[in-house]
Amino acid sequence: MSKANGSAGGDGFDPKSAAYLDSIDVVQIQRGPEPGGVGGAYRAFGETLRGLKTTMARLIEGPLTIEYPEEKTPVYPRFRGRHKLHKFEDTGLEKCVGCSLCAAACPADCIRVVAAENIPGDRVSAGERYAAVYEINLSRCIFCGYCEIACPFDAITMGHDYEMADYDRSDLIFTKEMLLAEPIERTPLKSEGE
Amino acid sequence: MLPFADTQFVEATWIMIVKSLVIFAIVFGILPILTVVERKLIGRFQHRYGPNRVGPFGILQPLADVGKLISKESFRPANAVSTLFILGPLLPVLSGVLALAIIPWGNVQDGVGLYGIDVPIGILYFFAVGSIAFYGMLLGGWSSGSKYSLLGAMRSAAQLISYEVSMGLALLGVIMMSGSLSLVDVVEAQGTIWFVIPQFVGFLIFMLAGFAETNRTPFDMPEADAELVQGFMTEYGGMRFGSFLLVEYMEILVVSGIAAAMFLGGWMGPGPGWLDPIWMLAKMFVLVFVFIWVRATLPRLRYDQLMSLGWKVLLPLATLNVLVTAVLVVTT
Repeated sequence: MSKANGSAGGDGFDPKSAAYLDSIDVVQIQRGPEPGGVGGAYRAFGETLRGLKTTMARLIEGPLTIEYPEEKTPVYPRFRGRHKLHKFEDTGLEKCVGCSLCAAACPADCIRVVAAENIPGDRVSAGERYAAVYEINLSRCIFCGYCEIACPFDAITMGHDYEMADYDRSDLIFTKEMLLAEPIERTPLKSEGE
Repeated sequence: MLPFADTQFVEATWIMIVKSLVIFAIVFGILPILTVVERKLIGRFQHRYGPNRVGPFGILQPLADVGKLISKESFRPANAVSTLFILGPLLPVLSGVLALAIIPWGNVQDGVGLYGIDVPIGILYFFAVGSIAFYGMLLGGWSSGSKYSLLGAMRSAAQLISYEVSMGLALLGVIMMSGSLSLVDVVEAQGTIWFVIPQFVGFLIFMLAGFAETNRTPFDMPEADAELVQGFMTEYGGMRFGSFLLVEYMEILVVSGIAAAMFLGGWMGPGPGWLDPIWMLAKMFVLVFVFIWVRATLPRLRYDQLMSLGWKVLLPLATLNVLVTAVLVVTT
């Protein structure tokens, strides 16, 4: 170690020389006064008072807690929560035509679509076919939103619900009926500019 | 002014018993509330609510806590010394309860002194009794048969030595100014001016030493939950652990009470005589608030910092304070 230092000094990099200091960027470090002694005790006392002032200001500001089960955190409009399947508002037909593009786009492979032909007179969807089975395994879903992008008919979108905890894994496989239904409790949305 | 308390004033035994029961009941009613108040205040200091689930505003939280602690197994390590291990939490409780006796809630009213007992040696009694608590910690820590406990116990012993002296010296100024050791006389002597103004340095030193005495942040070295896993309490569980916690709050109350009586004019305040204990309690709560405020603010001192603060700053300052006070008392 000492040998290495000696050879470095021999190359003209004498750390003490002024020329060396000019050749590199010198950063002035502002150091506090040395601790200890009477001055140190005095400064520590002053800093203590400053700390007390800081915490007192927090007390006056009051809590910032959002009391979760009673009070929900508002989400952004583009928040990707639980999926929703949509129907046409005028005809009441499902938008999903069972094309399985969402299932193909899904990186977590959590969407299962089984398509069936629409019977004239008893149409389920607007297209030729409809999704007889549409299941999303939410325990696998990574909420990437690719299904929403892949869908040519905007039949599936990411909703705002984030309360999906359950006691059983099998309960997390959401069927078409569950995805079509309106959520029981709406998740609050952040207002503009928030 | 009498140099000592009025020893001629004697009350009937039954009055003494009733008095001690009332003080006991009130203080042990305050203690659980204090735990909630502390946790709620610490929460507020950190932008949160603190416990607010059990009962209205979390008032019943101590009931839940005590219920949990009591229902837990009274665990004891295999290599613990059983009798001393059991004695460990008992001694601090004893010391706290004994110290409560001298806190003055008011002067003699209708033939009843509103205090547990007005001992002529007042402050000496407080120091004597307060030190017993450290025996409990030391014994508890040593008899646990655990490294952490022993380290915590040794730290508390070292801390006691560093701070008891400055604490005593800080009160000496007040004693010289009032000319009495009795807490009742000290409070009476503050009719014109509270001692916190002429003895401000003494008040600061006493409060600092009080933090150390009660093992509170920034001097909670014996407990040091981060590095010593609660120090001498490590091996304790259930209500034995609970009584250590209880003692901590009791000591806070006692130190606040002594500080309020010595520096903040004790029961002095406007209003009729029956308000005196309320005033005393209010002043104590102000000091308890300071305790909590400091806990919410300051980090734990390093061990050498704690020692050097005790020996190099507080002790010379307290000595200087005593000298200046002595000179002023003699010359004026």
